[in-house]
Amino acid sequence: MTDLVTFPDWHDQPLDGVLAACRDLLEDPSYPTVRRWREAGGTVAGHFQVYFPEEIAHAAGMLPFKVRGGPVEPTQADSRFGSYLCSIVKTSLELVLSKHIELELFITHPICDAARNLAGVWGRNFPYPCQILYLPQNANSAHAATYLRGEYDRLRRTIEDVTGSRVTDDALRRSIAVYNENRGLLRDLYALKRTSPWLMAADEAYALMAVGGTIPREEHNALLRTALPLFLTRPARRKDRIRVVFEGGFCEQPPLDLLHAIALSCDVVDDDLMIGLRWLLEDVPADDDPLRALAEAYLERSSYSPVQHDLRKPKEAMLLERIRGANAQAAIITAAKMCEPGLEEQVGYTRALEDAGVPFFVSEFEENMTSFESLEIQLETFVENLLFE
Amino acid sequence: MATDTTDGTIVGRGNTDGARLFREWFTGLTAAAEAGRGGAYVFVMGSLVELLRTFDFPIVFPEINSLQTAVRRVAHEYLNEAEDQGYSTDICGYVKADVATQLRGGALPMGRIPKPAIAVYTNACNTYIKWAEIWERMYKIPTITLDVPGSRAAGAQTWPGNPDFENDRTYVLAQLRELIPVLERVSGVAFDIDRLREAMGHANTMNRMWRRVLELNGSRPSVFNALSDGTIYLGVANGFRGSPEGAAYFTDLVEELEYKSAHGIGTLTDERYRLLFIGVPCYPIFRRFTEMFTELGGTFVGSTYLRFASGGANRGFEYDLDHPLESLAEGLLIGTRDAMDNMFFQTEILIDMLDEMDADGLVYHPIKSCRTVSTGLADSRRALLAARDVPSLFIESDMMDRRVVSEAQLKNRIDAFFEGLASRRAQAAIRNA
Repeated sequence: MTDLVTFPDWHDQPLDGVLAACRDLLEDPSYPTVRRWREAGGTVAGHFQVYFPEEIAHAAGMLPFKVRGGPVEPTQADSRFGSYLCSIVKTSLELVLSKHIELELFITHPICDAARNLAGVWGRNFPYPCQILYLPQNANSAHAATYLRGEYDRLRRTIEDVTGSRVTDDALRRSIAVYNENRGLLRDLYALKRTSPWLMAADEAYALMAVGGTIPREEHNALLRTALPLFLTRPARRKDRIRVVFEGGFCEQPPLDLLHAIALSCDVVDDDLMIGLRWLLEDVPADDDPLRALAEAYLERSSYSPVQHDLRKPKEAMLLERIRGANAQAAIITAAKMCEPGLEEQVGYTRALEDAGVPFFVSEFEENMTSFESLEIQLETFVENLLFE
Repeated sequence: MATDTTDGTIVGRGNTDGARLFREWFTGLTAAAEAGRGGAYVFVMGSLVELLRTFDFPIVFPEINSLQTAVRRVAHEYLNEAEDQGYSTDICGYVKADVATQLRGGALPMGRIPKPAIAVYTNACNTYIKWAEIWERMYKIPTITLDVPGSRAAGAQTWPGNPDFENDRTYVLAQLRELIPVLERVSGVAFDIDRLREAMGHANTMNRMWRRVLELNGSRPSVFNALSDGTIYLGVANGFRGSPEGAAYFTDLVEELEYKSAHGIGTLTDERYRLLFIGVPCYPIFRRFTEMFTELGGTFVGSTYLRFASGGANRGFEYDLDHPLESLAEGLLIGTRDAMDNMFFQTEILIDMLDEMDADGLVYHPIKSCRTVSTGLADSRRALLAARDVPSLFIESDMMDRRVVSEAQLKNRIDAFFEGLASRRAQAAIRNA
């Protein structure tokens, strides 16, 4: 499968063409890259937000696919759920019920009360393994890494059963190397956002990053290696905008048009969008025990989100650090509608920002929202107040 | 088993004694609050009260406090207060009622609760973790997540000896060993393994009796209503876990229910329909909600609530007192996992309950406030109806927020459900004739 190209659309394109191809791919509910992978005989491991050790599926030759909802109406999924739920849970199931996506394995995580129900719901609807990967929720236990190493080994065995092939330590080391390169390139992308945000609008950066969840990581690396230098040659000029951090995109994703609306008045210099792709902050050492290395990286060298409790990473302090690190002037604190962790975190975040004197803008979003005029006006007012303070 | 009453008070004793124990519990909490003592805040799924009480902590169950505000019809005041502080209308109502309780200095209709000195909770509900973060911010107290891995898929439970089970058990045991020094530091009380053994012995009695209580409702007529009476029993099972009072209460309760079973004394005088309840009760109209079923001859003979909200005590797990810590880890893992299974992977469990309790129908009650319990109910119902030809009712409301409880609408749906049950029974009678 290594020679297969699932996403050729950006090849030989100028930067605007590359970005348009990424945007089109993200908004295409037929998921052509996954379809091409399957048509070539490949198998797909779907994993729900936020973080998943893709290296383990990758080492087995599977395509790890980030299940993060999509631009579809949940007509079939609605009858499988209650009324008071976030959209991503419904549209994710819809994508599979309607065969937009076909999988050989589905993994969810105990990130929230809705998501952990998905193993049961999917398992009742599909014949392939549908499981919960119990990432440790006591990150402060000295035993957490050992436990997680065991849990990753259980996942490895599940994947071996699905694919019929062994996942060797050598294969894991090769996969870790591919993902280390990806992590490095994403760090470069975010460095560019921070240092030269006028070269890269929020929705453009997002599109370039987020397609990584739907294509083989080798292809994403090639895409980033090509696209990032092109931004530096862009004839864009610095504009009179405020520098903001966008917080609240760790699970359900805002529509691209919402990010575009924000980009009209703000430079988004850092964010938590698709934070799972960037959860591991440093390269993972491909040492003697690659599963142990992945487990330790998850716990010891990782980002933060409302769905992980770690006494070493108080979330308000982490947000303030993100704001300072990006030299941002303000924060946009959002949450997906009906997202319990996100909505609860908003209270803590906004109090900390008030105490620190950081201006903030609070809102909610839904992945399938289509009207942004009201948000644009409110945000413009917020920005004007800051600019003319 | 009692075969006769000597003082004529055995029937109904469980409810009377349960109410008395509750009053005593809250009297004790109020005294602790007034004395400035800090409480151990815990939750019903994996409370570990048998360990915590050996450190002399006043035990506070915020879930129970919050639901009491709804039963006493003042929840809206608490919810509004928390929403004024920025908490969304779309998050757990229990959390918001507790936030308001804390802002009121612990004042509740039943008394006053102490501030937390420590919070110890499992991950059986993710909201436990987010909830504890609020106390962490308010009081800067230690908040300890006891991470108890659940079943990875339906029917995929592992057991002692399996490497995956051992990985989980070792993790839980390590966390317990890490917890004990924190409890010693916060309480100022040294860990005493013999006190733990004693508390675990009482918990063993309670677990054994709890399982028997649930079994006894298989009697015909059923001996208690799983929704109304069961919630009283559940409160004692949680609040008095690991105590001599709790063990005595459940020993007496089993005696009462065996007596009722032997003498054909049912919870209803005319039990026409035996139902299973799936979800969390509708506390804002708690009594009326139950009456809407009992008035039509329906009683709840079983519920998932009495299983998951007892932390899996329904398994009747008994600790090995020769190896207290190791066994505590195993019991916590198996019990909490079972509680989660009753929420996430309940289809087979319900099929077994239908048979064991000889039930006529199922009532699913998803609620706005609780995604843990409610997210998968509609799909679970589809799967169950594909496996079994059994009548079911699906009604949505809330456990706290009366703004999303429409009594008239519920009544219409429930009446129609009973018409269906009656029609089905009549058709069966015709077929059999």
